[in-house]
Amino acid sequence: MTATATSARSDLTELGRSETALRAFLHGLPGVDQVGAEQRAAQLGTRSIKTTAKAQAIDLAIRMVDLTTLEGADTPGKVRALAAKALRPDPADPTCPHVGAVCVYPAMVPHVAEVLRGSAVHLASVATAFPSGQAPLEVRLADTRAAVAAGADEIDMVINRGAFLAGRYAEVHDEIVAVKEACGDAHLKVILETGELATYDNVRRASWLAMLAGGDFIKTSTGKVPVAATLPVTLVMLEAVRDFRAATGRQVGVKPAGGIKTTKDAIKYLVMVDETVGADWLDPDWFRFGASSLLNDLLMQRTKLTTGVYPGPDYFTLD
Amino acid sequence: MSERVAVRKTYKLFIGGKFPRSESGRSYLVQSTNVSLASRKDARDAVVAARAAVKGWAGATAYNRGQILYRVAEMLEGRREQFVALGVPGDEVDAAVDRWVWYAGWADKLPQVYGGANPVAGPYFNLSAPEPTGVVAVVAPEAPALLGLVGVIAPAIVTGNTVVVAASPTQPLAAVTLAEVLATSDLPGGVVNILTGRIAETAPTLAAHLDVNALDLTGVADAELAAELEVRAAENLKRVLRPAPADHDWTADPGLTRMTRLLETKTVWHPKGV
Amino acid sequence: MTFEYAPAPESRSVVDLRPSYGLFVDGEFVDPAGGGSFTSVNPASEEVLAEVAEAGAQDVDRAVRAARTAYEKVWGPMPGRDRAKYLFRIARIIQERSRELAVLESLDNGKPIRESRDVDLPLVAAHFFYYAGWADKLPYAGFGPDPKPLGVAAQVIPWNFPLLMLAWKIAPALATGNTVVLKPAETTPLTALLFAEICQQAELPAGVVNIVTGAGDTGRALVEHPGVDKVAFTGSTEVGRAIARSVAGTRKKVTLELGGKAANIVYDDAPIDQAVEGIVNGIFFNQGHVCCAGSRLLVQENVADEVLESLKRRMARLRVGDPLDKNTDVGAINSAAQLARIRELADAGSAEGAQRWSPPCELPERGFWFAPTIFTGVTQAHRIAREEIFGPVLSVLTFRTPAEAVEKANNTPYGLSAGIWTDKGSRILWTADRLRAGVVWANTFNKFDPTSPFGGYKESGYGREGGRHGLEGYLDV
Repeated sequence: MTATATSARSDLTELGRSETALRAFLHGLPGVDQVGAEQRAAQLGTRSIKTTAKAQAIDLAIRMVDLTTLEGADTPGKVRALAAKALRPDPADPTCPHVGAVCVYPAMVPHVAEVLRGSAVHLASVATAFPSGQAPLEVRLADTRAAVAAGADEIDMVINRGAFLAGRYAEVHDEIVAVKEACGDAHLKVILETGELATYDNVRRASWLAMLAGGDFIKTSTGKVPVAATLPVTLVMLEAVRDFRAATGRQVGVKPAGGIKTTKDAIKYLVMVDETVGADWLDPDWFRFGASSLLNDLLMQRTKLTTGVYPGPDYFTLD
Repeated sequence: MSERVAVRKTYKLFIGGKFPRSESGRSYLVQSTNVSLASRKDARDAVVAARAAVKGWAGATAYNRGQILYRVAEMLEGRREQFVALGVPGDEVDAAVDRWVWYAGWADKLPQVYGGANPVAGPYFNLSAPEPTGVVAVVAPEAPALLGLVGVIAPAIVTGNTVVVAASPTQPLAAVTLAEVLATSDLPGGVVNILTGRIAETAPTLAAHLDVNALDLTGVADAELAAELEVRAAENLKRVLRPAPADHDWTADPGLTRMTRLLETKTVWHPKGV
Repeated sequence: MTFEYAPAPESRSVVDLRPSYGLFVDGEFVDPAGGGSFTSVNPASEEVLAEVAEAGAQDVDRAVRAARTAYEKVWGPMPGRDRAKYLFRIARIIQERSRELAVLESLDNGKPIRESRDVDLPLVAAHFFYYAGWADKLPYAGFGPDPKPLGVAAQVIPWNFPLLMLAWKIAPALATGNTVVLKPAETTPLTALLFAEICQQAELPAGVVNIVTGAGDTGRALVEHPGVDKVAFTGSTEVGRAIARSVAGTRKKVTLELGGKAANIVYDDAPIDQAVEGIVNGIFFNQGHVCCAGSRLLVQENVADEVLESLKRRMARLRVGDPLDKNTDVGAINSAAQLARIRELADAGSAEGAQRWSPPCELPERGFWFAPTIFTGVTQAHRIAREEIFGPVLSVLTFRTPAEAVEKANNTPYGLSAGIWTDKGSRILWTADRLRAGVVWANTFNKFDPTSPFGGYKESGYGREGGRHGLEGYLDV
């Protein structure tokens, strides 16, 4: 728990009501030393996860995948195929777990919902004028309501980075609150777009802002800007959810998204989760990977572990 | 008419900017003069004075220390005849003045020459800078009485050290007179402390003293005594300058070693990030 | 769910140990005159790794004479550019054989393979590369137009970073034109003997590097040998003092890198997560067998609870165990004697009323082990706040103002290193200016580089190793 958080515990909920209080709080959070944070992340990346631990990690990672397609060219057929794969990633192996969720644009939600109905796979939709968020608030709220109405039980929203970088924290805060309200029962993942936040100090502040405003998950990236999820950014966000829970008692999930393509990468993230926030977050309810090609690599490595032979990409479905 | 009766000077110790007699009340006859015979207690008092002066002197700006050393040169120049009257050759006084001027200029240059940035293989700012070691005990050379003394004091103090000097036992008058120069040169009290008397009495105390950081044995001619003092200095790992050879040329370019041996190098690391 | 890391052992097969080793004198492995020997054991298992010759006075004399001859006939007269090429060769061979050296270092020393692989070995190679480049540039090093070597260097190194300390000693000595007789620590001689093989592989002229193995008596014979011109020692302040006495009245130039009791100062505006990493790295890196370890944590009172809570949480994640497991963070204590010393001081800490805490941690049955430990409620008067423990034991003290932090930090006869954690730049510089320590790490800790001078103030020794400054101890300036 941070000192600032300790002293602010009683009025954390009040923070959003005052621009000044919000600013004082966010700027009072301990700084992040870039070099130190990156070294810690790199050091965790040297962990050697083999044999049984690797098998365990691969299955967990599969369960944590938000299988994603966010293309202008998405069609009902394409997203249905993706949803089918989410349910049974490896048709040849019934012991292979299903993924955490399928993540699509709002217009595609009804098609995915048909496939997923009755399953434990969640249906996530990006909303709020993804990926830029540059639309009037009313439009973004309508976008959100439409996605939920069509069957999404998770909403991935983007924050207003312009307002954040300009220091208009209350505006960002209030927009998140409004979207959360529009979500109803659906879980809200707040995308910070860390690639545009420039510093780890900003990532920490944005994480706290999103959590204070009621986000259920904080997510790194849209995948639509050059820098997506990185290990050190995720480390800073994990530290934030850890400290937030210590301060408020509420647990918030973390979702790195974009650029995580290999099993090796995914395992580095899981090691980081394990050693930073511990077992409580090692669960698809609290940690997700926003990814698409990652799944096939996980499946390939999984097959290798069970059969002892390295398979090729032709043995896994491309959807 | 009778000739005017001269007023004689009492030659005393120089401790903490003051001129006390030896606490032991002793003196010895040398150069036809009674000179204070410093005791072990005087040596300890001098260390206390030197330690007290470290913070201010080491903390002064290099520019300021350089100005003060230059001021010493000015004062010495003005008292040239006084030293000549004590038997110091005029050339030696001139050389001593020049030596102060030379060292004065080093105050704000040595850290640039002797320190600097280190190109470490990582995202770090890394800088090494010299700092004074602290209190330096010095056994001044027997001769030359003035130039030899200046040659050991100036390099020690220019970088911010303070000194306790055991002056030449056979030629102490120049040392006490130099103390008078120092006392009128804006040099803070305690930066230079001068003990007159027997080396064998004061030096072992200084060599063993745990609040002394370095020991300059330049003037110890007796090899056995020098070794014994070095053994004592080992107790708290004092930096030791060994005796100068008997034929050391004090008029030659002194080089940097006398200064650098009494310095510590501090290296500071800091990450570079946003 | 809990995530159990499966064992990930580094293979030992890369190391080909002989059952016994002689002394390396004049380019050859030779038997000691007295025929004595001792064994080097793996501190993680107490398994005997090899038998090593014990050098007596006669052997030391032989090595010094070999070094003298090599100095006079070959190495001294050799142009700097050629000395450089030999050092570059050695650096390259170290890189090529780095895995073998890393595994052997972990076997003999007990340090985690992650450290020997990622820290020690890269620094060893870098050190030789750095000083190789100086060999033909000495006139530009700022010590006059033609600085001369001293002659034969007697070098005695400790067991905490066996190969790295060897590099710190041998690389600058050879670059400046000296020849060496080096004595590795008796508990960790093996990588030095492998280095002797590397010298052979590099076709370094015979006698330029001599390695004599043995314990304190061997070291004493070497340091006191009248034929040496230079003594370089890294180790305890106690032995450093004895060396300083023994060289009194001689011509021998001395550099000493001795003990420490570094303060790691955490101000209330520190980047806390990185500070906690720095605290952990400061005291648990290499099992705390580090002379510059941040063994005294000085934390500002108003963030003490928060920092300690984070520190304990972090310590609970330290993986203690098999040094050859790639996931081990804290390995074995180097020897039974060192373990006894750590236990004695830790017990003194408890007896004097400090509160002791270690995370739950299962220690192997065989070998020498000590769980990462912190003591809170420590005052300046406690032994554990004053004496070097040289183990994974942190003493936690608090302070209220910057002036108090500096006062406590400097309140020790040691002065090797210090740490500062704050986000305020001017406070870093203010604090760094006042700390009486040779290395100050601000917002980082335990970083080393061949270009960066290392060495202490006060009873932490004198002289600097590394960088341009590191040349001075091996030149007649």
